[in-house]
Amino acid sequence: MALALAIIVALITIVSVVLFHVHHWWLPENIARNGAAFHNQFMLTMAVTGLFFVAAQLSLAYFLWRYKDRGDARKARYTHGNNTLEKIWTSVGAVLFIGMNLLGYRLWAQARFVGASPGALRIEVWAEQFQYWFRYASPDGSGHFCETNVHLMDDATGNPLGMNLSNPACQKNVVTDTLGVPVNRQVELLLRSKDVIHSFFVRELRLQQDIVPGMVIPIHFTATKVGTYEIVCTQLCGLGHYKMRAFMKVMTEPDFEKWLKQQAAEQ
Amino acid sequence: MAELEAAVHHHEAPKGFIRRYVFSTDHKVIGKQYYFLALFAVVIGMFLSWLMRMHLGYPNYKIPGLDLMSPTGAPGNVMTPEYYLSLMTMHGTIMIFFVLTTAPQSGFGNFFLPLQIGAEDMAFPRLNMLSFWVTFVALMVLLATFFIADGPPISGWTAYPPLSSIGSVAGPGEGLGQTLWVVSIALFCVGALLSAINFIATTLDLRTRGMNLMRMPLTCWAWLVTAIVGLLSFAVLFAAGVLLLLDRLGGTSFFTPAQLKVSGVVLQHAGGSPLLWQHLFWFFGHPEVYIAILPGMGITSHILSTFSRKPVFGYRAMVYALGAIGILGFMVWGHHMFVSGMSPYSAFYFSILTMAIGVPSAIKTFNWLGTMWGGKLRLTSAMLFAIGFVSMFVTGGLSGLFLAQPPLDAYLHGTYFVVAHFHMVMGVAAIFAMFAGTYFWFPKMFGRMMDETLGKIHFVGSFVGAYLIFMPMHYIGIAGNVRRQSEFIDNFMQPLLPIHRFITIAALATGAVQLIFLFNLFWSMFKGKKAELNPWEATSLEWTTPTPVPYDNFNGRLPVVHHGPYEYNVPGAAKDYIMQNSTEVVAAEAAG
Repeated sequence: MALALAIIVALITIVSVVLFHVHHWWLPENIARNGAAFHNQFMLTMAVTGLFFVAAQLSLAYFLWRYKDRGDARKARYTHGNNTLEKIWTSVGAVLFIGMNLLGYRLWAQARFVGASPGALRIEVWAEQFQYWFRYASPDGSGHFCETNVHLMDDATGNPLGMNLSNPACQKNVVTDTLGVPVNRQVELLLRSKDVIHSFFVRELRLQQDIVPGMVIPIHFTATKVGTYEIVCTQLCGLGHYKMRAFMKVMTEPDFEKWLKQQAAEQ
Repeated sequence: MAELEAAVHHHEAPKGFIRRYVFSTDHKVIGKQYYFLALFAVVIGMFLSWLMRMHLGYPNYKIPGLDLMSPTGAPGNVMTPEYYLSLMTMHGTIMIFFVLTTAPQSGFGNFFLPLQIGAEDMAFPRLNMLSFWVTFVALMVLLATFFIADGPPISGWTAYPPLSSIGSVAGPGEGLGQTLWVVSIALFCVGALLSAINFIATTLDLRTRGMNLMRMPLTCWAWLVTAIVGLLSFAVLFAAGVLLLLDRLGGTSFFTPAQLKVSGVVLQHAGGSPLLWQHLFWFFGHPEVYIAILPGMGITSHILSTFSRKPVFGYRAMVYALGAIGILGFMVWGHHMFVSGMSPYSAFYFSILTMAIGVPSAIKTFNWLGTMWGGKLRLTSAMLFAIGFVSMFVTGGLSGLFLAQPPLDAYLHGTYFVVAHFHMVMGVAAIFAMFAGTYFWFPKMFGRMMDETLGKIHFVGSFVGAYLIFMPMHYIGIAGNVRRQSEFIDNFMQPLLPIHRFITIAALATGAVQLIFLFNLFWSMFKGKKAELNPWEATSLEWTTPTPVPYDNFNGRLPVVHHGPYEYNVPGAAKDYIMQNSTEVVAAEAAG
């Protein structure tokens, strides 16, 4: 029994580690400028936790087999513990866990403490049950986001954000249902919600942020690879939560400009 | 000559059936009532998880009779993604409140705290009865949502406003169902608060002569710390629940901001903060994790020592670690909110303290291994589940080190990685501790032994099964599989469907293994081998009194304590264990 259990514990440990290691089910491709730093921190954490995981589980397996009561005359060791060992263990744990955490802070600070650079493209993201809208100030990057009015919001008439369409600033704003962004240029998103809490998550950007009604939350990123990526809502937002998603199209700068003009012409 | 017993007044049990078994003030009856309430709840919770897993693995599968549960939620017996959200909400709420909070603390704690500290009953027996019945009503109110027209709520066990605060305009289920949910949780808080006061008073005031704090079994320490944590956290959840109810019914705007447009309607609320609810909720919610797991840590320490035939390694360190976890547990709630819109600077503080809480957790793990090291392990079912607890706690705890780091959480938050993490560390681990406690204390609770062969089969099936279910969730979480979504309409998740099927099959099989436990439990109650007075050769006081335990626990004569709780294999002692109330004097004990 003890041997069989020890083998089971050891097997589970080894198979788990191997499955983490083969990367068959793994992080999707990275398209964020800071994705490499994310990856390093992720792998460092994997190494530290992996070490503890293997050490603890294999010790458990070994003790199960080694110290099983075999009905012989051996007596259990009488000890109430060892303070020196406790202190070493506690210090090692504290230094490793907290140290590892501190190493990740540069990444967090770059993403969240530092604001977007002045040249960043600003886009408003509006979430509602169960879709996203994206607003650009104008097709050529000039202008600003005009005021919105909750009483004018009407998806059916093509004015989901409640813009006063007689206002010239509003006439320049471009509203789309796909997030088009230029490659290799910093983008700042201003996240807003019309109703409940939603979320903005693009796996390939390693970026997730809740969208909270009553708040405008800025986030920024730089996408480094052309392609189409899924935006998914990860915050339970109601019955249709499961179908709330949109796409992010990363394009070359000329393609992006062309796309945005086309969107402006269509509305 | 050392004192053997202290005489107190002998109390007779009440004669009537109702006062004895239904509205009883006897902590042993109340303990069993809590235990069976949790058992009833866990069967429902597990059944719901089966339905959810079927939907995740096989979305179009017709589950016979499902439309009886909800004609709109499962037309033609096929579950809709909407109904999935209802079941998920109910699964989470039932499991966290009515199972994980109820059985390890109120169930085992009620039955064994007075016995282990040598008391006749809890400090406030009538309050104790009230705690249970309020909890019972809370469960009934929650389950009532299955029978109302719009069905159960859909906003998850965290019930984030505004979804939860604006009523049925946010969708069916957010009407009466969500109101009942809030009422149920508020009632549960009342029961938990009354119970917490009782546990604290009992532990501090009713210990028998010689049972100083540092002679208490670690189970009692864990129940004490849990009660203090519960007292401080359920009070906050209760207040938050009342405010949420006012937002829903009274037209207030504590959590509901201005100018919301929901389902085409502009709401009249103004000035509320959705994040305020999250702060209040998680100020309760994180300590709640420890409310679920601390009693399990106590039970595990107790059982590992008993069946390793060795004193607990580092008893004092274990007590301090329990205290440290209890205190730090109140300072880390923001780690649930790294991506909530909270200030990114505060994430720094919450993250460091969360990492710090890993330290006492690591101390505990180290000391559990230390307790087994050099021991003489008796691999009973109880011992196996205690070992299983350590394994699950380690695995589930370590994934927390990823989630505690804001930059990594910004990817993993909202994925199955989180589901894997909390299920292993607070779900499976805590349930393993409940199993361990059941196999260990069954002889005392029911006077008979559970079948050990079935127990071991149950352990192997549950242990392997739990890993087969939850390990793959880490992989799909890393791959970006979002939680709380049931229908993988997007292409991204399609490749992960085979893993979902694998998990579903593992969950059904592991669930089936639990039927062995249920059979063993009820069969042994009536047909099990009669238990001896102290079948495990354990040292604590519950094994000194006859079974069935007299109404006043020690027949009017309280035991007097002369030894620490874990004196196993003391050199020079007559046997390989010294009962806490034994008058045997052994020189090595003081030195050890």
